[in-house]
Amino acid sequence: MLIGAAALLSLVLGLLLIAFFRPGIGERTPASVWIIGGGLVLPAVVLTPLMVYALVTGERILLSRAAAPIQIDVLARQWEWVFTYRIANASPRVSRNVLHIPANVPVHLNITSEDVIHSFWIPRLAGKIDATPGHVTKLRLLADAPGYYRGLCAEYCGTAHWEMQMTVEAHPSTEGFNNAVTQLPQHDPERRQP
Amino acid sequence: MEPEAVNDPVRLHKALDAVWGTAPGIGRLSAVNHTIIGRRFIITAFVFFGIGGILAMLIRTQLATPRSAFLGPEIYSQIFTMHGTVMMFLFAIPLIEGLAFYLLPKMLGARDMAFPRLSAYGYWCYLFGGSILIVAMVLGLAPNAGWFMYTPLASRPFTPGINSDIWLIGVTFVEISALSAAVEIIVTIFKLRAPGMSLDKMPLFAWYMLVTAFMMLFGFPPLIVGSVLLEIERAFDLPFFDPARGGDPILWQHLFWLFGHPEVYIIFLPAAGVISTILPVFARREIIGYLAIVISIVALAFLSFGLWVHHMFTVGIPHLALAFFSAASTAVAVPTAVQVFAWIGTLFAGRPQLKLPMLYILGFFFIFVTGGLTGVMLAIVPFNWQVHDTHFVVAHLHYVLVGGFVFPMLAAAYYWLPHFTGRMPRINLGKAAFWLIFIGFNLTFLIMHLTGLLGMTRRIYTYDPNTGWEWFNLVSSIGSFLMAMGFALFTVDVLLQFRFGRHAVRNPWQAATLEWVTATPPPSYNFASLPSVASRSPLREQEDLPVTLARGEGYLGFVRDDRLETLGVDVTSGRTDQVVRLPGPSYLPLVSALITAAFFLSVLFQLYAVAVVSFAAVIGSLLLWTRTSGETSDCGAIAIGRGETALPQSESDGAPSRWAMRVGIFGDAAAYGSLAFGTLYLAVVAPNWPPAEVAHFNMLASLAAVVGLVASAFAGWCSAGSAVAPVAAARHRWLLVCAAAHGVAFVALVILALQIPTPSRHAYAAATLVLLAYVVLHVLLGIVFALYALWRSSAGYVSASRTNDLHIGRIWHGYTAAIGILSILLMHALSWMVGR
Repeated sequence: MLIGAAALLSLVLGLLLIAFFRPGIGERTPASVWIIGGGLVLPAVVLTPLMVYALVTGERILLSRAAAPIQIDVLARQWEWVFTYRIANASPRVSRNVLHIPANVPVHLNITSEDVIHSFWIPRLAGKIDATPGHVTKLRLLADAPGYYRGLCAEYCGTAHWEMQMTVEAHPSTEGFNNAVTQLPQHDPERRQP
Repeated sequence: MEPEAVNDPVRLHKALDAVWGTAPGIGRLSAVNHTIIGRRFIITAFVFFGIGGILAMLIRTQLATPRSAFLGPEIYSQIFTMHGTVMMFLFAIPLIEGLAFYLLPKMLGARDMAFPRLSAYGYWCYLFGGSILIVAMVLGLAPNAGWFMYTPLASRPFTPGINSDIWLIGVTFVEISALSAAVEIIVTIFKLRAPGMSLDKMPLFAWYMLVTAFMMLFGFPPLIVGSVLLEIERAFDLPFFDPARGGDPILWQHLFWLFGHPEVYIIFLPAAGVISTILPVFARREIIGYLAIVISIVALAFLSFGLWVHHMFTVGIPHLALAFFSAASTAVAVPTAVQVFAWIGTLFAGRPQLKLPMLYILGFFFIFVTGGLTGVMLAIVPFNWQVHDTHFVVAHLHYVLVGGFVFPMLAAAYYWLPHFTGRMPRINLGKAAFWLIFIGFNLTFLIMHLTGLLGMTRRIYTYDPNTGWEWFNLVSSIGSFLMAMGFALFTVDVLLQFRFGRHAVRNPWQAATLEWVTATPPPSYNFASLPSVASRSPLREQEDLPVTLARGEGYLGFVRDDRLETLGVDVTSGRTDQVVRLPGPSYLPLVSALITAAFFLSVLFQLYAVAVVSFAAVIGSLLLWTRTSGETSDCGAIAIGRGETALPQSESDGAPSRWAMRVGIFGDAAAYGSLAFGTLYLAVVAPNWPPAEVAHFNMLASLAAVVGLVASAFAGWCSAGSAVAPVAAARHRWLLVCAAAHGVAFVALVILALQIPTPSRHAYAAATLVLLAYVVLHVLLGIVFALYALWRSSAGYVSASRTNDLHIGRIWHGYTAAIGILSILLMHALSWMVGR
């Protein structure tokens, strides 16, 4: 997209330079060359493939067809993230501001807020999605490699908006992930003082 | 009475100036003249630009270094909110209004706008509303939830202070001026043109303003409705946006962006109009593709109302919606490209000169096209999901707004300064200012794209040292100081031109549009006599137009009975169809604006009894304006010069006041549509529906309301009928029936309102109540219109040929009946839906 944009900008600037340095060069060019060629054909030719690419890519990155047995609930609130891990045959576990996931396994997140609108964003793993009170939005993450990934809130939510950050810990194996989760507390940890 | 033909330009000037001029000193408070009001809007807008600019400097100073101790998060939130609010509402739109008011009558060959007192009222509303916001800021109470005020952050639980109320009330106050300007601009362009100026001979700037005004008419009401709903939620706890009680925070986003997206095209189009005006002059030929440009700006206007969801791609909306709005958002590049290439083609086909305004236009091309390209990138959803709410968007929006609006306006300033001031620059600081602004701007914002791509989110008051953003922010901040210096230099340059410029020759740029026919600076009446127009470049066809018009050889080259007159024409063909009589200077607009300010302030401070009284006083004061409108006798066609005659507007059925009602009612419909959309949206999408309590509306009362509404519309219709209007007794009978029918509807609607469950318990009840209240307001105003027409009729202002007062009411009564019946149906449908 950057190359395409640079090319189009250069085209416009180049045309302007020519117009100023060679006055009268387009005196006999019919208006339709500009209106239809530049105004209709050029955008159509550029935008149509771009839109196709956009739609195809959009569907591809959503992981919506991947099986995602791991379901984690994300609760955004001023100014922290609370993650609830559902475990079969046991009570849910909770962690705060650290999201545990296994690497190489798609994880399904159900995201909501308990106060104002926040936005859940782990830049290296996925696009962002808003956390809106009264709604549950969904996001799927897939970490290609184990490690730590930083995340932040991406919708202005009050004076500590910048401080509302989190880390994703992608464990090398599913066993490692399960171990980490079972060691988490069972009830909601105390609210951090604002 | 036959007016005396005046062949002496000096005597004609004195006679016209005596009636059109405004008294000096305190008398300037009574000014309604478009030149004065236009200049006031422009100068005030630039003052607000300075304030917004200082706020920007504060932001950049804070962000220059990580963990800066310059500003804390609370005050920072007020600063970034005010920066956006001031720039969008107090700078951009008012500057457009000012330019339109100043230029349109001159370009169209008229003596003033259609409703001079409305222009003045709009200015005072702007000044007072803007002052409320600035005073709040000085007191540390500025709005602090972002310029787009997302709920629930802007709702009372999370912003309990008066800050959000100030935004809601201050901005709504200012938007009254925008809406009234929109109606006035449309009516002026439609009706007040020089004879012979058919729509296809109109200067392109007028087409751009016509389309922009229609966009304002449909685009501002959703914001006003949203703001009113949020204020009602904050003040009375009616839960429109509270999901726990059936409201939805996303409704606010829909209403806001339904306004917000057209808003940016409302800002861009007049600037594009400026380019379409100035560029051909410096290419020394007419623009190519006039028709294509007109079609593309109309297409742009329609398209822009279908794009708003691209501001909400990360909200979690269905894929099909994402795909649709993404495609539509890229499609909007097409009409923009048509204009850009028409401009380039005009330069190619002409012999371009690089004068100072043209330099700023080249700056526009570079910056705006870049902004448009990043806009297309943002329309791509997967990309948007990464860069939404980061500094990439901040960079994009500044490229399109500064490139697409500020640069053309700077070009406009240099182009029309000789017209405003009658002087040309003696020292050329403009070029230095340009380079400082251009380089400073690009230094600030070009690198900001990268800052955003590196993950720096928006509206953060600081950032940590190890993010990798430090150097980019520092460079941006340095760039912003350069840019500020450039703007300061521009200001100095303009002031110098005002005070020390050398006197300009007439039409220094050799342009072809009519505003250059007037003397510079222009006299209060624009043209000593009005031209007849036969082409798109009237000054090229008739080079001696300034001289012949000054001698009184055009139309209306005289003063008749101390009246201020201009000509009205048929909308499409431009054939003269009336003589429009305009009001002279008056203090009434200022008084009405002061009472309106009292209303808004009483709402702000929750003194609701005072609010009701001042609302009634506003209506009363506005009705007072009409004391000097209309005629008490028929006089038939009167002389307009050149041997021709035309009907006075009081006897014309295309009178500006009637057009104002026809046009304004669409704005009202846009507001009603937003309200109805909001109600349906909540019913279908919002969580926690159905409500526990459902209203069971009394069928008899509903029927009575419908009958009352239909009867009032019918009576209103009949009162203006061709058989009835000539007979005073018949008119009065129908008008009384109309008022009485409205009264019946009012009582019935109040009974229905009492059957609504407690509105603070669920959005269903709240929405139903607001819907009903909207109708009740229209019914009450219907009574006012009917009784007022009755009074006018008794006072002799109505006759067989003078029926404007009746027709204006007729439109209102019919519209009120329509929305009333729709609302009753909607209420019943909703009850049935949730009660099952």
